[in-house]
Amino acid sequence: MNLLTAQAPGGVPSSGKGLALGIWRFILVALALVLSLGFTQVAVAQADPDREMTTAAPGITADQWRQVRSGETGPNYRDSRYESDYSLINSSGETWREIRNRWVSPFGLIAVFGMAALIALFYFIVGRKELEAPRTGRLLLRWTLMKRALHWTVATLFIILALTGMTLLFGKFVFRPLFGDGIWAWMIAATKVLHNYLGPIFGILLVILLVSLIKENIPKKHDWVWFKKGGGMIGKKHVDAGFANGGEKAWYWILATVGILVIASGFVLDFPNFNQGRDTMQWANIIHAVGALGLTAISLGHIYIGTLGTEGALEGMTTGYVDETWAKEHHNLWYDEVKDQTLSEEEVAARKSSGGSSEPSATRTS
Amino acid sequence: MAQMKFMCDAERCIECNGCVTACKNANDVEWGIQRRRVVTLNDGEADEMSISVACMHCDDAPCMAVCPTDCFYKTDDGIVLHDKDLCIGCGYCLYACPFGAPQFPQQDAFGERGKMDKCTFCAGGPAESKEEEYEKYGSNRIAEGKLPLCAEMCSTKALLAGDAQDVADIFRQRVVHRGHKDGAWSNNPQASADNLAYDAAHKG
Repeated sequence: MNLLTAQAPGGVPSSGKGLALGIWRFILVALALVLSLGFTQVAVAQADPDREMTTAAPGITADQWRQVRSGETGPNYRDSRYESDYSLINSSGETWREIRNRWVSPFGLIAVFGMAALIALFYFIVGRKELEAPRTGRLLLRWTLMKRALHWTVATLFIILALTGMTLLFGKFVFRPLFGDGIWAWMIAATKVLHNYLGPIFGILLVILLVSLIKENIPKKHDWVWFKKGGGMIGKKHVDAGFANGGEKAWYWILATVGILVIASGFVLDFPNFNQGRDTMQWANIIHAVGALGLTAISLGHIYIGTLGTEGALEGMTTGYVDETWAKEHHNLWYDEVKDQTLSEEEVAARKSSGGSSEPSATRTS
Repeated sequence: MAQMKFMCDAERCIECNGCVTACKNANDVEWGIQRRRVVTLNDGEADEMSISVACMHCDDAPCMAVCPTDCFYKTDDGIVLHDKDLCIGCGYCLYACPFGAPQFPQQDAFGERGKMDKCTFCAGGPAESKEEEYEKYGSNRIAEGKLPLCAEMCSTKALLAGDAQDVADIFRQRVVHRGHKDGAWSNNPQASADNLAYDAAHKG
């Protein structure tokens, strides 16, 4: 302004001076215009939010958050992370957590310990099932060396997997406060390694065991009667049973169904290198945990009946031979088929010392 | 004590990935791991939206609830941290996390994933020495009185980090200033009833 007022009264300006003045005027007018425009814009924005919104980029709407929540990853979904196919929000994660922590965990514990308590109660009230007649001393081959080896390998692996699996689920409540972080860190790491590396071996061996025993475990009519009579506990009469009784067949088919599910889901969890998604593994984990805890609970019954619960049962799986009386009382239909093959203890000892390779096949369908 | 929170203002995020880079730089994160990621929905469409996500340091953290080794803990500032010495790489935190925050250096057969890694809110983790802490968890800016580098570096200040109350206050002011009639809750039928913008204007 000083410039303008100083120059204006100067009379007739030279042509050079006039040009400079014109430029200065133009700049000032332009500046004033720009400034005033700026001020009015601000004033408009403050006064009228609606008008601003018509020119601004659209705001984020509830629909977009709904889209996020749905876990949708359409063709125009981008994730800056390398090889990431995760949706923005893992909607099923919380469901998995709820099912695992609220239901599977506590009820699994109740199932396993409840079963143990029931078996203890049964043992104290009913007691061990003794042989009714004296042993004859004549023995029958029930389990070949191969099947015994397979059974005990699978059984040992099952127990290790059940213990390590339960440590993964419940260990932090027991062992961490008990041992402190140093030992707990080592223990839980070993637990996971054992579980993950022995699991597949168990899976393969269980399938082989199931295949090798399928002939003896085809359900028959008398198995239904066996169940109706509670395996002989209801009524005084003995119930018919072939090589495998109704209960053994039930355990077989539980392993053949639930066991296979547990193995399959275990493989899904154990081999993340196939790029299966988070959601797949959530479901695999629930199936695996429910199935495995169920099997663990039922296995306690199998272990009880095979050891403490029944006189003469365990020796079949350890030595391979059972007493004639035991066979007659527990597996009468099988006994009828093989009663001409009984051996004296001396004959059995002779066979075993000769290497066991001459063991005849003990498997008979019944 | 403070309750530390991240918040990403989706209306400001321009998908520049500066936060991702800043995080990798500040924490020297292992190859193949990105603690923070930027997700864009409807890329190239009118309703395009970008948002930067990492561990959100949940109040009721699902990772903490499902961890078989109990390796997670919460600091007094409400930051969820984990002990890599206890981590066995089972992946459960990843199944449970709503934000896909936990990551593993490997993904091999027999569940060999290595130790889980995730955003620490630039608060390091349990270690014997500073060097060990940096090696395992990255920098501990919180101990130095600084906020996470991702938020500090954010060019549009879309990503906010700090005490939940401060973050909420800043966002509320923005909402008021933007002048949305219904606050940040556009198209929400409940908005006019709740009168969120009015409440915000009077509180902010």
